Amino acid sequence: MLRLRRDYLLLSGMVIVGLVGAVTLLAPLLAPFDPTLPTDGERLQPPGRPYYMGTDQLQRDVFSRVIHGGRVPMLVALISCALSLLLGTTLGWIAGYAGGRLDRVLSLVMDAIYSFPALILAIAIVAMLGPGLANMTAAIAFVYIPTYFRVARGQVLAVRTQEFVEAARALGASGSRTLLRHIAPNTLAAVMTVPSFNIADAILTEAALSFLGFGLPPPTPDWGFDIQNGQKFLQAGYWWLITFPGLMIILLSVGFGMIGEGVNDRLNPRRRRLV
Amino acid sequence: MFRYIAARLALTIPMLLILLSLVFVILRILPGDPCLALLGGRNVTPEDIAQCRELLGLNRPILVQYLDYLGDAVRLDFGTSVRTGLPVAQELLLRFPATFELATAGMLGATLLGLASGVYASVRRDRRADHVIRVLNIASFAMPIFWIGLMFLMLFAVRWRLFPAGGRLDPVAAAFFVPITNIYTLDTLLRGDLKLFVSAVRHLFLPALTLAIVVSGFIGRMTRSSMLEVLDREYVTVARAKGLHERKVISRHALANALIPIVTVVGLQFALLMAGAILTETVYSWPGIARYLLESISSRDFTAIQGAVVFIAFFISAVNLLVDVLYARLDPRIRF
Repeated sequence: MLRLRRDYLLLSGMVIVGLVGAVTLLAPLLAPFDPTLPTDGERLQPPGRPYYMGTDQLQRDVFSRVIHGGRVPMLVALISCALSLLLGTTLGWIAGYAGGRLDRVLSLVMDAIYSFPALILAIAIVAMLGPGLANMTAAIAFVYIPTYFRVARGQVLAVRTQEFVEAARALGASGSRTLLRHIAPNTLAAVMTVPSFNIADAILTEAALSFLGFGLPPPTPDWGFDIQNGQKFLQAGYWWLITFPGLMIILLSVGFGMIGEGVNDRLNPRRRRLV
Repeated sequence: MFRYIAARLALTIPMLLILLSLVFVILRILPGDPCLALLGGRNVTPEDIAQCRELLGLNRPILVQYLDYLGDAVRLDFGTSVRTGLPVAQELLLRFPATFELATAGMLGATLLGLASGVYASVRRDRRADHVIRVLNIASFAMPIFWIGLMFLMLFAVRWRLFPAGGRLDPVAAAFFVPITNIYTLDTLLRGDLKLFVSAVRHLFLPALTLAIVVSGFIGRMTRSSMLEVLDREYVTVARAKGLHERKVISRHALANALIPIVTVVGLQFALLMAGAILTETVYSWPGIARYLLESISSRDFTAIQGAVVFIAFFISAVNLLVDVLYARLDPRIRF
């Protein structure tokens, strides 16, 4: 079904996400040290043995922190993405199918949210709700709802005039049955191209939020927060504190991005020619 | 043209109203009391809270608060900052040119990078260069902008000392410099001080490049797909058939027509650019709007937070309006 030459993006994306995901899941087994406790090494020791990525200012092992640091971003990105998928798609279906005033109002609201910089909106929400895992997840979920809304609504509009919908109605199907059994399934292919890009983006937003200090309090390892911590020692040349967590964020985000591209290529062959 | 602008302006108003309402909902109706945030939560008596609510007008009915808020926003009255005691509007206007300068320079860089890579990829379609550019583009969306900024700082400012590590001018020069518009690259030229101008440009370079890299990916993709669509057209074949140099075919016949959808994308990336600016300004201690918002959040200055967010909403709406008008001018087929 998948071929190496044709689906190189999808396959490499899956390998990357699989690897980072496995490391994140198995973090407690893989990490050589406790990520939150000082080791016997010196402060700010450069990478070497036994601290492969050096130590930070509290003598903690950076390697162990990097291995653990993906747990919060992964969790937040996956849950928030699932929430916005659920809410955005449902609202999109309703707006597209109902049409009329409801559609106009919903579309306008969604467009307004969409036009606003997602990160700034998320910052405003977290600033009011307070930092923490649940609030961060809620903020990120909220800002990505319009993405799903737009795709789902557009698809409903494209599908609802087709003959099989008319046939279903003629056979006496109710409005909700027509929408859920006949229209909605035909929009899913398009909706499903969104999540991997969305997760890639959500990981960056989570990283930015925790970089700015809206995430979990220390000493929880989190790539974004660890970069903020490393920033303080940048002028002195302690490069390992920020380099490794950043590379992990990029790796994970690129992985999801590649999956998104690959899925897009498969579901939308015409687009492949153009994009 | 005039009618189009008027029609488009009429569309902007409900959009802005919704944006303002959204901000209101987030800042006032979501759980999270601005007074509790303001006073810090610890050692606060109910009387303190009551007094604060009275002061900020939070004890009035929510509808009254909402209308009051809308009225103030329309008159650009954002209240007085608790932290500095100055009107928030004044502080925002003072900082806006810095953000504007950074965003413009970043957008310029992104457009150059994006157009160049996109045109090149479309010309070398399905060859190795095309694939490399595609992967680089994906990577550019996946880069945490603050991390790129820190990496640039570490390499170009700390290790190789090629560029300054933050701020807008050398500290000594900045102390004596009297700005005119607060766009320093412009002001130094207006003052006729070439040395300061070079300093301002050197300070601007790294933050602008950081922003440019992140946004260039989108423009590059759009350029490529738009170019590919145009390169298949008959008029391009005709241009080639009459013996025009390939470079001219690409620049005059293909790119000129491919530009129209690209302009919209460039415009729409402004929201992304603003989000990027908040992180870039943090990393490079660039005294703009975004940094002001973050400072206000950390000092729990509720009026300033609200003012900054509303200001950004205004700015985004204005840019979207501008892009649409520009689009209509660029494409003679759009007429109202």
